[in-house]
Amino acid sequence: MYWTYLRRELGGRTKQTVIVASGLAIAIALVIVVNSLSAGVRQAQEATLAAVYGVGTDLTVTGAAAAPGEGAPGRFDFSEGGGETGDDGTTTLAQSRLTVEPGRGTLDASVLDEVSSIDGVAAAAGALSLTDMTFSGELPQAPAQSAEGTGEPPARGGFGGGSFDVDSFSVLGIDPSAASVGPLSAVEVTEGRALAESDAGADVAVLDASYATSQGLAVGDTIDVAGTGMEIVGIVASSSSDADTAAQVYLPLDVAQGLAGTGEVLSTIYVQAEGAADIPAVQSALEAKLPDATVSSQSDLAAGISGSLASASSLITSLGTWLSILMLGVAVLMAVLFTISGVARRTREFGTLKAIGWSNRRVVGQVAGESLVQGLLGGAAGLVIGLATIWAINVASPTISTTPAAAQPGAGAGPAGDGAPGGFGMGGSGGPTFSSSATDVVLSAPLTVWVVVAAVGLAALAGLVAGAFGGWRAARLSPAEALRAIA
Amino acid sequence: MTTTAPADEATPSPASTRSLYRLSGITRRYTQGKRVVTALAGVELDIDEGDFVTIQGPTGGGKSTLLQVLGALDRPTSGEAWLGDTDLATSSSAHLGRVRAKEVGFVFQGFNLIPTLTAAENVDMGLEPLGMPRSERRARVAEALAHVGLADRADHRPGELSGGQQQRVAIARAIAKRPRVLLADEPTGNLDEATRDEVLTVLENLNGAGLTLIVVTHDSAVARRARRRLRLEHGLVRDITR
Repeated sequence: MYWTYLRRELGGRTKQTVIVASGLAIAIALVIVVNSLSAGVRQAQEATLAAVYGVGTDLTVTGAAAAPGEGAPGRFDFSEGGGETGDDGTTTLAQSRLTVEPGRGTLDASVLDEVSSIDGVAAAAGALSLTDMTFSGELPQAPAQSAEGTGEPPARGGFGGGSFDVDSFSVLGIDPSAASVGPLSAVEVTEGRALAESDAGADVAVLDASYATSQGLAVGDTIDVAGTGMEIVGIVASSSSDADTAAQVYLPLDVAQGLAGTGEVLSTIYVQAEGAADIPAVQSALEAKLPDATVSSQSDLAAGISGSLASASSLITSLGTWLSILMLGVAVLMAVLFTISGVARRTREFGTLKAIGWSNRRVVGQVAGESLVQGLLGGAAGLVIGLATIWAINVASPTISTTPAAAQPGAGAGPAGDGAPGGFGMGGSGGPTFSSSATDVVLSAPLTVWVVVAAVGLAALAGLVAGAFGGWRAARLSPAEALRAIA
Repeated sequence: MTTTAPADEATPSPASTRSLYRLSGITRRYTQGKRVVTALAGVELDIDEGDFVTIQGPTGGGKSTLLQVLGALDRPTSGEAWLGDTDLATSSSAHLGRVRAKEVGFVFQGFNLIPTLTAAENVDMGLEPLGMPRSERRARVAEALAHVGLADRADHRPGELSGGQQQRVAIARAIAKRPRVLLADEPTGNLDEATRDEVLTVLENLNGAGLTLIVVTHDSAVARRARRRLRLEHGLVRDITR
């Protein structure tokens, strides 16, 4: 009889049942979608971080950011005769430079030993982030009236017709004997081989698969880095199909240092702690030992991710979460109010039931049961809406761009060129964004059993809360007063 | 005003074997805002088993209040009220609930059926608190509906039945539990004359089968068919049977 009465009651007031269940359904769907998107964003962040920092990297140590004007020289200098002049007087210029990424500070290579000696550090590997920039172009013969050879800039509007190209790619010098920690620990060798210990000092390179494809390069080819031909020995790709690897070209560390002329310096040291519990202590020890360096944990690194992934993360965690909570609150409130109003409307019915011998417990059970079923109906509808939305998101596979902190072009980097004849300057803050820096990540919305269980649990809880209020009102009804009120 | 503490267990009643109700010095006062209303002002009343009693009186004279005390729906402010062995004045709410479930049948002026349930299901609602097996409940529901002449309307909802038929379903709900007494508050108040007679015939038949009937009514035609007529005025009961 319990279920018959319950079914008939809910069926008898379809409108109210639909309103309450719909409110809960929207709230539950929102909870499911927001949770799934949060998980998707987390996965995207992990994929991005793994691609850049490698698997198992717990902490990174980087040099303090260089002040504007410091760091690597940011200009190309062509001495007299630095180009080839053709018959028509046009001078063809080409120069390739390998420089430390603008704005990036460096650490002395000896810091790696200091890091390795800290208690709790299982492994550490250093890398040097560089940028190869190739300037190429043609200068037409200068007009006779120009102040040739004086070093003065030509008169405005009196000289033109040159064309220039600036190509750049990111280079990472890595220790080939310590590939288990750092960026290359997360990559898959798709062609050829990875850098090996024996490659130290050799002019060999490993390329990121995306970059190699875009440049039409393959194993066995040669790539020019700072004017030196490097034999391509391998192609690597991120283990996540959603992200590129940390750099476009990987060189043995000593070769990279030599080509860039930086001496024995590093830009990043990747640290693996002995255990997750050791990370905070290792971080503190590193910060104490290297006060001028920046020590970042995975969560710091995640926070450093920018681009629309960061916006999505922020949107979901702030707006999405609060919207879910607000909607859930409104839905529960609506369910409570409808239940209480239903009890008030059914005063005569409950008074009669009590008059014919129904116990308070039985009446409360009836009210609570009806609310619970209403909640579960809402939960089921919400589950369907939520799953459909997640399916739609996964089918649409929206891509969002992401820029990990370590790969961002530095702000306030090298000095701006002064525009002297034959020179080319580049402002750090307005510098190029490297193709490997901004990565498009496919945002998925993974669904876990726990999200489903939590959603159904929330719906049931909302029903029970509404039922508890309604039941409390019903229990307080005195049968005599209930019947007197309608007499 | 005398107040007494509720007691779960009924104590032996001083009633005789034939007496169903024994009320002595029953008062019932309500507070309406700052005003105290005395609905019952020292009612003395004995009702025997198998009797057919009507209670008449002016509106607001306390008829429904007396019926609620008799039906274990309300406790008197003071005095003694016994239903068989049950002290209606001091028993706990839970005990009074069990008394209502087993021993008292109610019929209301407005029928008070649940509109979403069929006639059979409405009758079944009266058996719900007894916790009897489903097969027995089905048999009792069928028997009660047959008793009021509605065996063929078991699957109809109240909205599909006439006023008289609805009241007969309400009577079937009240008698399905086989109570000791049937309390009816203006059972024919919403019915036309012909339907009223139908319902009265059903009630008379039940009384003829030994069921005690206590009916509150304004209708003298109903009162005239009772064996015993009471009048409640100014909170006091007067026997006006001739």
